Amino acid sequence: MENNNKVAGNEVFSLSNMSVHYGESLAVDGVNLPIYENEITAMIGPSGCGKSTVLRSLNRMNDLIPGAKVGGQVLYHGQDMYGPEVDPVQVRKLIGMVFQKPNPFPKSIYDNVAFGPQTLGMKGDMDEIVEGALKKAALWDDVKDRLKDNAFGMSGGQQQRLCIARAIAVKPDVILMDEPCSALDPISTFKIEDLMMELKKDYTIVIVTHNMQQAARVADRTAFFTVDTERGEGSRVGQLVEFDETSKIFSNPADSRTLDYVTGKFG
Amino acid sequence: MSQGIPKRASGAAMAAAAVTQNIYKGANNKALVGGIMFRLLLLSALGIAMIAILAVIAWALVEGAARVNVGLFVNNPSSFRPEEAGYRPAILGTVQLIAGVILLIVPLGVGAATYLELFADRTRWYNRLIELNIQNLAGVPSIVFGILGLAFIVRGVFDLGFVVAAGSATIAILVLPTVILASREAIRAVPSSLLDGAMALGATRLQAVRKMVLPSAAPGMLTGVILAVARAIGEAAPLLLVGAATFVTFDPNFWQDGYSALPVMIYNYAGRPQEEFHTLAAAGVLVMLVVLFFINSIAVWLRARYERTW
Repeated sequence: MENNNKVAGNEVFSLSNMSVHYGESLAVDGVNLPIYENEITAMIGPSGCGKSTVLRSLNRMNDLIPGAKVGGQVLYHGQDMYGPEVDPVQVRKLIGMVFQKPNPFPKSIYDNVAFGPQTLGMKGDMDEIVEGALKKAALWDDVKDRLKDNAFGMSGGQQQRLCIARAIAVKPDVILMDEPCSALDPISTFKIEDLMMELKKDYTIVIVTHNMQQAARVADRTAFFTVDTERGEGSRVGQLVEFDETSKIFSNPADSRTLDYVTGKFG
Repeated sequence: MSQGIPKRASGAAMAAAAVTQNIYKGANNKALVGGIMFRLLLLSALGIAMIAILAVIAWALVEGAARVNVGLFVNNPSSFRPEEAGYRPAILGTVQLIAGVILLIVPLGVGAATYLELFADRTRWYNRLIELNIQNLAGVPSIVFGILGLAFIVRGVFDLGFVVAAGSATIAILVLPTVILASREAIRAVPSSLLDGAMALGATRLQAVRKMVLPSAAPGMLTGVILAVARAIGEAAPLLLVGAATFVTFDPNFWQDGYSALPVMIYNYAGRPQEEFHTLAAAGVLVMLVVLFFINSIAVWLRARYERTW
């Protein structure tokens, strides 16, 4: 874990001994994880290992689930993200999220992108904001002639890029992506991956993915989660097994469970 | 060798025939007959329901169609000249009544549904109690709401007297559970990914609900309101208790004593011995049926127009 070849930037997030409960049941426990600026960090692992749970606790989307409770510490640029003075709404303005299934609003393409800036009362020319966000999301050329069309008329891949544009429009610091390509075909997936490589120049990206090749292709660092089997029958508690540079995770992981997973022996 | 090949081939053909011998129609006549019987049973159930509706419409048409004229709408009632009597005060009363009902049920119904669906903490016992009560209230007989209106709205707490406003409030309470349930359905049909998407952009819960969830649920809510209005138009029993007179010969005023409503007026005409009044009642029924058909059509149209697959 120590001899990283990549020069690590600033830590955007630092998770220490972080855990998440849903009501009485523990979903994920003991996560220690740094996430570095302007990198793509991937979280991989089998279903139920808590990777999405960890992702959703990075912008306090877990607050929306009744009974969800985060333990341990989540620092965001050194600030305790779950401190009593922190307003989760303000946190979400800085840390955007793209979901598994594209979820455009039932509005025009333009209004989808403008919704965030309008709702947050952002200053500036709205046409410019929308155009800038759509260009950054590599969608402008596809849609510039039909900005007033309903977003539901777009293809799945375009919808997902619209959701990325929508997140970019509010000028975030971090973009979280929860299996953004799992509902897309391979060509659309490649476009999103290209886009992610482009976006990491300006943003810090954390992506949860079921697709190991995707993690290998795009991520600078990869965190492997799994279900902790030493907690006895019936319990399904996720844990972080290993976090390292992506190349190391896929070629020479330190933990045998990681090796089994990335070589396809299990999961 | 050369003999063996066709032999083997015919063996394979026979085996194939054994597999496919039952794929033809008529192989299982028992199931076929059962299917037909079941379909007939379903059709007869539908038929009985349709016959009841058609019988009402046919009766109203035969009895009352000839009596539908301008006078029916613009003339005041008369107790001794049925051929000239009309429904004017009853129609005006119903219109005012329903206007009041709509003004009350839209904000209350949408508000209650929004709270229950999007803000209430369902782990709290009082929220579950409220939910259970609303579901039960939808099944309470309308006359009970009439007594409630009489005790608390006409007299008691609000002390409005026997005015249209009191009738509106009573009917509003009566149909409110239906509106709340329909509105909750409409809200539930909006995928939570919309709320999540808006909140992930930094919108507050209130902003996300107001700008995203409620506009998406509006057509469904409107359908609920329209169906509630259709029910409200037909209600007679609670109105009799809260002061709708069966016989009024002057135009109603929302805050003044003395009003009637269409179903109440029909009830009055139908109870009179003269045949002419029965014709008049049938004509009134016809008018109500047309109005209800129109309202329900709007609801169906709205539903079809804004139906959305997410």
